[in-house]
Amino acid sequence: MTHVLDPTAPGRPVAPGAPDAFADVTRSDAAFRAFLHGLPGVDQVGAEARAAQLGTRSIKTTAKAWAIDTAISMVDLTTLEGADTPGRVRSLAAKARRPDPADGSCPQVAAVCVYGDLAGVARDALAGTGIHTAAVATAFPSGRASREVKLADVRDAVAGGADEIDMVIDRGAFLSGRYLDVFDEVVAVKEACGDAHLKVILETGELRTYDAVRRASWLAMLAGGDFIKTSTGKVSPAATLPVCLVMLEAVRDFRAATGTQVGVKPAGGIRTTKDAIKHLVMINEVAGPDWLDPVWFRFGASSLLDDLLLQRQKLRTGHYSGPDHVSVV
Amino acid sequence: MTVFEYAPAPESRSIVTLRSHYGLFVDGEFTDGGGTPLKTVNPATEEVLGEVAVGTDADVDRAVRAARKAFTRVWGPMRPADRGKYLFRIARLLQERAREFAVLETLDNGKPITESRDVDVPLAAAHFFYHAGWADKLEHAGLGPAPRPLGVAGQVIPWNFPLLMLAWKVAPALAAGNTVVLKPAETTPLTALLFAEVCQQADLPPGVVNIVTGAGDTGRAVVEHADVDKVAFTGSTEVGKQIARSVAGTRKSLTLELGGKAANIVFDDAPIDQAVEGVVRGIFFNQGHVCCAGSRLLVQESVHDELVASLQRRIGTLRVGDPLDKNTDVGAINSPEQLARIRELVGIGEAEGAQVWQPDGELPERGNWFKPTVFTDVTPAHRIARDEVFGPVLSVLTFRTPDEAVAKANNTTYGLSAGIWSEKGSRILAVADQLRAGVVWANTFNQFDPTSPFGGYKQSGYGREGGRTGLRAYLKES
Repeated sequence: MTHVLDPTAPGRPVAPGAPDAFADVTRSDAAFRAFLHGLPGVDQVGAEARAAQLGTRSIKTTAKAWAIDTAISMVDLTTLEGADTPGRVRSLAAKARRPDPADGSCPQVAAVCVYGDLAGVARDALAGTGIHTAAVATAFPSGRASREVKLADVRDAVAGGADEIDMVIDRGAFLSGRYLDVFDEVVAVKEACGDAHLKVILETGELRTYDAVRRASWLAMLAGGDFIKTSTGKVSPAATLPVCLVMLEAVRDFRAATGTQVGVKPAGGIRTTKDAIKHLVMINEVAGPDWLDPVWFRFGASSLLDDLLLQRQKLRTGHYSGPDHVSVV
Repeated sequence: MTVFEYAPAPESRSIVTLRSHYGLFVDGEFTDGGGTPLKTVNPATEEVLGEVAVGTDADVDRAVRAARKAFTRVWGPMRPADRGKYLFRIARLLQERAREFAVLETLDNGKPITESRDVDVPLAAAHFFYHAGWADKLEHAGLGPAPRPLGVAGQVIPWNFPLLMLAWKVAPALAAGNTVVLKPAETTPLTALLFAEVCQQADLPPGVVNIVTGAGDTGRAVVEHADVDKVAFTGSTEVGKQIARSVAGTRKSLTLELGGKAANIVFDDAPIDQAVEGVVRGIFFNQGHVCCAGSRLLVQESVHDELVASLQRRIGTLRVGDPLDKNTDVGAINSPEQLARIRELVGIGEAEGAQVWQPDGELPERGNWFKPTVFTDVTPAHRIARDEVFGPVLSVLTFRTPDEAVAKANNTTYGLSAGIWSEKGSRILAVADQLRAGVVWANTFNQFDPTSPFGGYKQSGYGREGGRTGLRAYLKES
């Protein structure tokens, strides 16, 4: 009943400004559960086979050069450690502005992602660059705190200068079927964000099934999330290709149904250029080229950028350099 | 909107050495044939790849004599474990030379290199590995304590999976202790001849495998030769009927794997995205040149519109073109004759009132090409719902209830394969039980494995290939 259409597909255009078809599905726990459980199932074997098949695309020469630059521009350069300091964040911001100090043609990254208390430091260090400051909030990474604490966490990060908030959903509530609680919390966080963009972390490594990933994706989008994000990076498995596939299908279907485009951010575990390119191929062929833009797709990563830079240098010079040819943070 | 253009990523063909002339492989040697040689052509470019000998009745007779001699003196009396060693050796050589086989198969057949590389060649090797293991365990085949080989097998194979169909035929025959005379398809003989080289490389005793190239007359000579004990044929139903007639009244045993018009049934509780993938794989895999292709999509009316829209969007991302490019999804049609047949049936479909749809995009100028095609508003009375197109053409029909789905799925003269898409296990089992098809896939399609028997009902033929059941075609009870 709820599988939805691509408005650009022949035969079934969706008129712009059509009434939100899903406005009333959150009217009660029962209605919301019926809606989420009525989403088409995901066959695990088939989804994993499709992701693997997309991973066999051969991206070479000019296509590879384009993909590497696009991937760099989509990186949310991240440091989320207990030992983070203002100095480290400034160092990260410097790398974000000029990822390859030796090559001015290298694009800058999309955002720097830090804990909320360091959002101000990042904001100052990135002033005037167009690079966004993202902060994790809502008792990241576990999300185990009262709603008041989570909302205070969000407000604090926004006040500190974050223009993007990465929240975690309450996986406990989700897995026990209290979908409306999770929904309400995302709505409340979105409100607390004000003008800041909201990325909703599903922590797919704890949801375990692709059916749950699809349901959580729809929940987050219906609640007003601007992005759906796979993982905190603190739980294994983090981002996997099949999980990203299911989420890309969800944003594609959601836009077709509502006209609203939502972004996707895989995070954690994407370390190589090869992995990043597989994701770009998947965006291209599953959600469509509209998502091939840092406004709509991000990589949450720290070490990925270094491999992208090394591969970029290799394409330009014809030989591999080494880890000392990219800057440490 | 940003455009992510995939740069050309061609597989190098330098690994393959093409010869100007290819001979017959008889009694362990390459020899000339008595007939006027045929030219084999790359269907994607119309480039002539080489001249191939044509076997006459006399050549076939030589091959059958060689096979008989090898059966009587060497292969039949050989210790089964030693036969297994030869098969293991062939399997390993196929793996070692996998890239060479894949490139040659793509050049000669027109299928995408990703398919020859990831499906045809690995599966061919898997069939030899699997049957190598059977060679010394035939007493467990369910045919008594000491089943015996039949003798000389005459085998005629099609052009859609040239090497893989060879493997399906040769591996069980040899494992069971038979010797073979194999006739590859006239448009795709090259990988069979490379396989002959592998037989030499493996020191397979002369005469155990003989490969006689040529067209229909050569195939007829193989099938009708009086000293052939067993005939195995994969190909069209029309030729299969002729073979059945010519074998009737002889002592020969016969297995036929013929055409199909498989139903791929999508229920409204299906995993839709995976169903779309399965429908695409079911009909566009190998350009639809697949006897078990899911050429009839039966979709529940309640999800028809969204499924067709999703399907069209997905088909729009298929990359049609240079088969050697590693990003190509759909390659060339194997021959001008097949292309003409596809065009004729598509023309009939349009004339009968079905709605035709094809994605945007250009086809290469040279070579044999046909776009992925979807017909909607098809009814069971349409020719495109009844005749095997053997091309990238999908007919979409609808149903309302499971009973109607089963009735429509079974309403065909064929019965090779079928697919069911549903998240409900009990429905899958109930429907599968009622489908008259040799293979029924659930939430997948076109999956092949040497352990799994394959074969048809009705005009899709008889006999099974693969698995323990498949050995039955090459053994007699003791």
